[in-house]
Amino acid sequence: MPTEKSVAHHWRHFKERYGLVGSRCESCGSYFYPGSVICPNCRRKGKIKEHIFTGKGKVYSFTTVRVAPEEFEHYAPYVVAIVELEEGARVVSQIVDCKPEDVKIGMPVEMCFRKIREEGGKSGLVLYGFKFRPLNF
Amino acid sequence: MARDVAIVGVGMTKFGEHWDKGLRELIMEAGIKSVEDAGISGKDIELIIGGSMSSGIFAGQDHTGALFTDYLGLNPIPSIRTEAACASSSVALSTGIMAVQSGRYNCVVIGGVEKMTDVYSNMATTTLAGAMDRDNEANFGLTFPGVYALMAKRHMHQYGTTREQIAMVAVKNHENAMHNPNAQFHRKITVDDVLKSPLVSDPLRLLDCSPIADGASSLVIVPAEKAKQYTDTPIYIRASSQASDTLGLYRRPDITTVNANLVASRNAYKQAGMTPKDIHFAEVHDCFTINEIIATEDLGFVKKGDGGRFVQSGETQLGGKIPVNTSGGLKAKGHPVGATGVAQVIEAVEQLRGNAGGRQVSGAENGLTHNVGGSGSTVVVHILSRNRK
Repeated sequence: MPTEKSVAHHWRHFKERYGLVGSRCESCGSYFYPGSVICPNCRRKGKIKEHIFTGKGKVYSFTTVRVAPEEFEHYAPYVVAIVELEEGARVVSQIVDCKPEDVKIGMPVEMCFRKIREEGGKSGLVLYGFKFRPLNF
Repeated sequence: MARDVAIVGVGMTKFGEHWDKGLRELIMEAGIKSVEDAGISGKDIELIIGGSMSSGIFAGQDHTGALFTDYLGLNPIPSIRTEAACASSSVALSTGIMAVQSGRYNCVVIGGVEKMTDVYSNMATTTLAGAMDRDNEANFGLTFPGVYALMAKRHMHQYGTTREQIAMVAVKNHENAMHNPNAQFHRKITVDDVLKSPLVSDPLRLLDCSPIADGASSLVIVPAEKAKQYTDTPIYIRASSQASDTLGLYRRPDITTVNANLVASRNAYKQAGMTPKDIHFAEVHDCFTINEIIATEDLGFVKKGDGGRFVQSGETQLGGKIPVNTSGGLKAKGHPVGATGVAQVIEAVEQLRGNAGGRQVSGAENGLTHNVGGSGSTVVVHILSRNRK
């Protein structure tokens, strides 16, 4: 598999994927996921600080993936959405704990911690991170 | 532009499944055709620039610049490979234009190639996903049809675009491809066929998606003042413009429009001294049907949000106000990703030379090509004309 990577490749993303950690520019108030070292609005005047997102948001757009890449084939069909976090930044994530037909644009969701996929191959890595589920589940 | 540039030769392979041809056979076929069309010899060529998205994974062969010069028998001239996902060969052309404009080169061969069918289809899906944000999109199970499905769902939500209107893009492009001998598909389809084809990533179905294909495309560019030495019908490059947007779709404020489309096209119109009304036909990046609708809006042919109704009105068909994708588009002509941008320009050249046969746009003087890498992270627009000024 061309996507199979070293442990370090995944390990360096653990913080952002386990804790939904990004950044905020204190000069203009913009939020970024993943965290950014520069603010495209403020350039050198930007003041970037780490930010832990609340994990609450709503569905901006979504699709049910039926033809999946090899490492996701056994999850299909599954819902992938762009979630708009309440701070304003957006993330791509799966929507779980509901039927695909129940997902709607604007639906309130919250972050949950789940298995994302198994790397397979020689490493056998099991990868975790955030998914989102309907709020008040 | 600093020094006017003209196209004096074009050549391409048929697009489709070429079980009997590998990367180098495809490159040689297209390259030789373009050089013969230009009536030049190998010793006239000073530089080769060729686009390929992922020959390293699809064919196990990188360093394709060296492959180009070696197998075309052109050593020791320099060669460059460009990569910008599905816009790789448009970037080859825009780079070549800069090389000629600068005065450093007087005869440059531009190419594009992709050999996609030597890997299995889920491997192809995984490889193409490298054109999006791998860590933050593909990592969560998003696919390319999925990216465009997110755009389609939002376009339907914001503007009331219907599933049927989106399907009409595929129907029109399959109809156009009937007249293109280089197209992968020669098969008419109906709206019903599209709506009954298997769901890939809802709302997009199989017949909304461009196919995996093998193919190569090539053209020869020279300074405009020398063009008449080679051909009686040089086609002039009146604008060449490239713009960028976020790598990931999710980082954009509105996913029903692509800012790089707006910037690249506005700059191109300005360079050419034209407006959308001066364009007689367009080849746009219909990798998925919804993207033709978004492109016709962003390029200024119709108001934002009206792209669905525009295709339904028939104005983008042959004989309409602005025929779009007379070649069959990526949908029906085929989409060997690295070869697509130059193939779009070849369609424009054939139209402007009056050589497009059953798909000819009558009286075509100016044409536009629009090539997208990823979800619009790279956009390249060219405007071509029969007229130098």
